[in-house]
Amino acid sequence: MLRKLLLTSLLCAAGVAQAAAPVVTPSQSLAATCYNCHGPHGVSAAAIPSLAGRTSASIVETMAEYKTGKRTGTIMPQIAKGYTDAQIQLIATYFSQQKP
Amino acid sequence: MQSRRKFLAGAATVGAIGLAPALSGCASTTRSAALKGKVVIVGAGYGGSTAAKYIRDWSNNSISVTVVEPGDAFVSCPVSNLVIAGAKSLQDITVSYDDLRQRHGVNWIKSTVESIDPAKHTVKLANGDTLQYDKLVLSPGIDLMFDSVKGLKAANESGKILISMKAGPETLALRRQIEAMPDGGVFAITVPPTPYRCPPGPYERATLVAAYFKQHKPKSKVLIYDANDKVQSKEPLFKKAWADLYPGMIEYIPDHKVVGVAADRNELQFEVNDPVKADVLNVIPMQRAGVIAQKTGLANMNARWCGVDYQTFESAVHKDIHVLGDSIQIAPLMPKSGHMANQHAKVAAAAIVSMLYDQPVNPHPVVMNTCYSMVSFERAIHVASVHQYDAEKKTFLTVPGSGGISAGLSEIEAHYADAWAHNIWRDSLS
Repeated sequence: MLRKLLLTSLLCAAGVAQAAAPVVTPSQSLAATCYNCHGPHGVSAAAIPSLAGRTSASIVETMAEYKTGKRTGTIMPQIAKGYTDAQIQLIATYFSQQKP
Repeated sequence: MQSRRKFLAGAATVGAIGLAPALSGCASTTRSAALKGKVVIVGAGYGGSTAAKYIRDWSNNSISVTVVEPGDAFVSCPVSNLVIAGAKSLQDITVSYDDLRQRHGVNWIKSTVESIDPAKHTVKLANGDTLQYDKLVLSPGIDLMFDSVKGLKAANESGKILISMKAGPETLALRRQIEAMPDGGVFAITVPPTPYRCPPGPYERATLVAAYFKQHKPKSKVLIYDANDKVQSKEPLFKKAWADLYPGMIEYIPDHKVVGVAADRNELQFEVNDPVKADVLNVIPMQRAGVIAQKTGLANMNARWCGVDYQTFESAVHKDIHVLGDSIQIAPLMPKSGHMANQHAKVAAAAIVSMLYDQPVNPHPVVMNTCYSMVSFERAIHVASVHQYDAEKKTFLTVPGSGGISAGLSEIEAHYADAWAHNIWRDSLS
């Protein structure tokens, strides 16, 4: 019980400390549109490639190639064309900062 | 780490039934000191589960989230046609709610909602409890319009004619009917007028039942009676699959709207055409927003679907109620899909966090849809679209030149379809 109470107060303290003004950034919101297929925060558990931990430049370049048709694919050439270059840059920055 | 996790698990369970004085002490202290608001979420399918997770995550756990859900576990509608065809089990498409409760600290109430008072911001549950909310998220899925097909309600309740548009016991029951059907029998499926849940779903089901017949009952046939004038999704690809993989097995009949069934004779009755008999009937009726959305007066579009502000998914009728998933009036070319419900939920979650913190909401939300259909046990096809919010028109619009369907019937896309399912389940539920 004592241990439980101790843990409880630690958790409460953590709850209070974490509560300062969260902001959902445009990067977070845009990157989250990719999670359904590429896994939460870009960490895939299956045949679709992970994006977490890739360099921002490589993601931007890959998406640009999908857009122009230089790179072929099944679904990504169609999806890449739906995002602006500025949005792709924000998405790429977010995934480059995630742990693979 | 293990003991902390165990402890958290205990906290979630005990907290839910209100028997932990030490913990409720913490909760109330935390609430007054730090909690920024209370969100109640009704329904834990693709929309509700995702909203619960992301409101917790994106608020750094500073917003309390309580989910009201009658089911014991999440059962996926996407992939359920593979269960009907015998290639997967119900277990394969079932995911526990434990991570939402234990890892994300979501309060969980296994019940249903009786009524909502939008003015008082309260929700009355079937178990007698009343919950107070600052924001309410409704993701109740679809209600089947039994009135649209005479005789269907009784035939469905007796288990004779199945619908199977909500994954679970009916998925298995339809599987058993198809298994019991003799070789040389006929399976007939009907497609309701659009819009309905999962535009490619009925066609995928017909195709996979044919895949099962091809292996086990090669003299059998599949009939698709469509109330619409054409296949509603991935049309050229389904037609290619039917011609190339199942020649002579699948017959597609457009412009046939089913209006009645005679279960004792296994008969479909149409608006204008002659009745048809088949060994197994799978009748999919018209649909509308989930019952609780209608009861609350939220289904303001044709008395069927809920109009929302697409920037926040807040109801057009009542403030502080956000509606997600299949229940909403869709923006142009936006399908009613699990993938889309997950994307609605993320836009709504970000908006709810911002609104509860008196911050401006994201002016440019983006949602996208990816939908794979299996056309055999080895090959799949897809449709994809990207929808950008247009502030002037106040709706989501697809980006010209983006989106599209597969180039052909693809083996690699069957692997992607499987990966999609596992990743979206992780994204929505873990």
